[in-house]
Amino acid sequence: MKVDLNVDVHHLTRVEGHGNIKVRVEKGEVKEARWDVVETPRYFEAMLKGKHYSAAGILTARICGICSIGHCLASIRASEDAFGITIPDAAKKLRMLAKHGETLQSHVLHLFFLAAPDFFNLPNAISLLEKETMVYDLARRMRSLAGNLVENAVRQKSGLGTIKGMGRAVPSQGTDVSGLKDELENTLFDLADTLAPEIIGLSIVKPLMQKKPEIVHIARRLKGLGNKICDVVAGRTTHPVSLQVGGVAVEPGKSTLASLREELKATANDLAMTVELFKTFNIPDFVRETEFVSLKGVDEYPFIGGNLISSDGVDKPERDYLAMTNEFVDDNNTSKWCKLSRDSFAVGALARFNNNYDLLHPEAKKVASVLGLKPVNHNPFMNNVAQLVETAHVVYESIRYIDELLDSDLGQTMTPVAPKAGLGVGAVEVPRGILYHSYEYDKNGRIVRANCIIPTTQNNLNIHLDMKALAKHFAMEGMTDKQLELLCSMLVRAYDPCISCSVH
Amino acid sequence: MKYLGIKQAKPKIAVFDFTSCEGCELQLANKEETLADFLTAIEVISFREVSSASGDNYDIALIEGAVSRKDEIERLNKIRSIAKVLVAMGSCACYGGVNKQKNAFSMEEVNKIVYGNKPKDTMPVKAIKDVVKVDLEIPGCPVSKDEVERIVQMLVFEVPFKFPVYPVCVECKQRLTVCRFEKGEMCMGSITRAGCNAPCPAGGLGCWGCRGPASDPNYEEFFTIARSRGFSDQEITERLNFFGGFEGVK
Repeated sequence: MKVDLNVDVHHLTRVEGHGNIKVRVEKGEVKEARWDVVETPRYFEAMLKGKHYSAAGILTARICGICSIGHCLASIRASEDAFGITIPDAAKKLRMLAKHGETLQSHVLHLFFLAAPDFFNLPNAISLLEKETMVYDLARRMRSLAGNLVENAVRQKSGLGTIKGMGRAVPSQGTDVSGLKDELENTLFDLADTLAPEIIGLSIVKPLMQKKPEIVHIARRLKGLGNKICDVVAGRTTHPVSLQVGGVAVEPGKSTLASLREELKATANDLAMTVELFKTFNIPDFVRETEFVSLKGVDEYPFIGGNLISSDGVDKPERDYLAMTNEFVDDNNTSKWCKLSRDSFAVGALARFNNNYDLLHPEAKKVASVLGLKPVNHNPFMNNVAQLVETAHVVYESIRYIDELLDSDLGQTMTPVAPKAGLGVGAVEVPRGILYHSYEYDKNGRIVRANCIIPTTQNNLNIHLDMKALAKHFAMEGMTDKQLELLCSMLVRAYDPCISCSVH
Repeated sequence: MKYLGIKQAKPKIAVFDFTSCEGCELQLANKEETLADFLTAIEVISFREVSSASGDNYDIALIEGAVSRKDEIERLNKIRSIAKVLVAMGSCACYGGVNKQKNAFSMEEVNKIVYGNKPKDTMPVKAIKDVVKVDLEIPGCPVSKDEVERIVQMLVFEVPFKFPVYPVCVECKQRLTVCRFEKGEMCMGSITRAGCNAPCPAGGLGCWGCRGPASDPNYEEFFTIARSRGFSDQEITERLNFFGGFEGVK
């Protein structure tokens, strides 16, 4: 039997920005499969024209609310490259710490709040919390009711008085009720403990959640810590203030860093629980070979600057970013499209993982091995797992960076800035993939021409082509419109697209 | 949630984004230590960024972003017709925000710079209040979650909310932050509305005025100080126009 399928999602939810999915299958044949970005474009490159270098990072941070630190870092790196500035060692480390904080908060936000609900079949992560709160509220109310009843009985027995409405109750004769209150309370809380996961479990895949309804709190703690690192190092989580051309304006102080270190160390359990949770997820079995583009790590897993590589063997210096992206305009999309050696390529956690696996922290490699992720992996849904691997990596690397900062005298974190005419490029691995900023300056340090190439822009064509392959792969007997819609939505969410970025 | 045993009304809130970075929406999901309380105090009807649940039975619409395309005007009018209270959240919604810097160019030119010979539909950026009636403005780039929490508390308990009338300078003094002018940098703290707790000067960056003017700002004195510290009129104007809150101030 040949199936007919129709998927039409207008403004996909739980992604940053606005995009549409359209799939049409007739008699088993894919007639149409599209991923289109329809977000209103913002024209940042035009706004940057004539801007002083000190405003560029502040302005471009506003390209994205989630990866504002990444944009700011790419921007100031491009300016420093143009002016020929090398920043102090302590500033480099602080910037990496801010970068790791952002990766942590962004990956956790995506994994728990945006991606995970699909695996539980829930509209959002908040419902988990609400259901749990409901059950415990109920238990509290029952407990206080039980407490009143028991206290009342005790009062009557000892002749201390009665509560209205209970006055004519027959006093208990010779029964000791003093221990009853505790027992009742305990029973009710046991009941709540049993009920909470049951009630939550009604709409969720069972295994882990029944025993561990606290995953929302794990997410809250991990994301909170990521934000705290950004607050401490960059002065603010969204739209940083301390990351400036020349270095880092204010250093956080050793005691603050030392307490961050303790908090980072304390995440081991939360990370382990998250891995347990992901073990229970059914990752769709789908593969489409593609090219992966990322920064090239030399001594460490790459995040800020360096050569640009692809899994098809391309290797270019940072300044040749245009040859890595080849942007072009599609009529149906406000986001541009990119290609390299094939029809499309992918950037992001999976691309970084595939291209730089050897440089991951041993604890991160353990996570990969437990979850069955090996380089080179061509299943786009595994980007979720790669993000979790990186989450572990940035936690352990942050500890190492803090140790190094604590062992140093911190010293200068700013270098004097003397603007000059010329071109500069900054490439930074932000949570969703490699990001480029490039500015051409005049001699007064004002921008003549600017170009920003965003990870989601680079991924959009790859998602679009994945969508076609996915529709073909799953256009089989037994597939329903709803199931296919979920799979298509999950595919897009796996890329963690940042759409307002892509139409900056 | 109960206070003194009395059950409060749960405001039905929907969050919508227009031309913006969605950073203000993200603030709603931040401040993790109070997130659970915050979310139990309100009823989220529609919040596309974090939930696929959606509905039209909301009382309060929180709007992030500015208006820069015709279809956004239609969307906004529809939201206005449903919402009892419409809140402009963040500097883009209140003033147009950084997006408004686009208006310094013609639409042909911005399209040429970004899309070459394949222009996209766009128009000069407008603030939300330029299109529909706005009941409350929460400025900031991004908004301060503390402030949003206080406003929601006031909504729950039906008490009017008042922004500070004084400028950011006061908060720097409270935090013992050294004046950015003393560090050789321009700062708009003396004319910008407080309420953010002055994170930028504390982080080593002068105020860029994202929250718009304080009550009765002394512009003349600000110009005198900035000029006496060696800043050109071009630099001062650029700073005033950055987030759109000081439009027309000269």
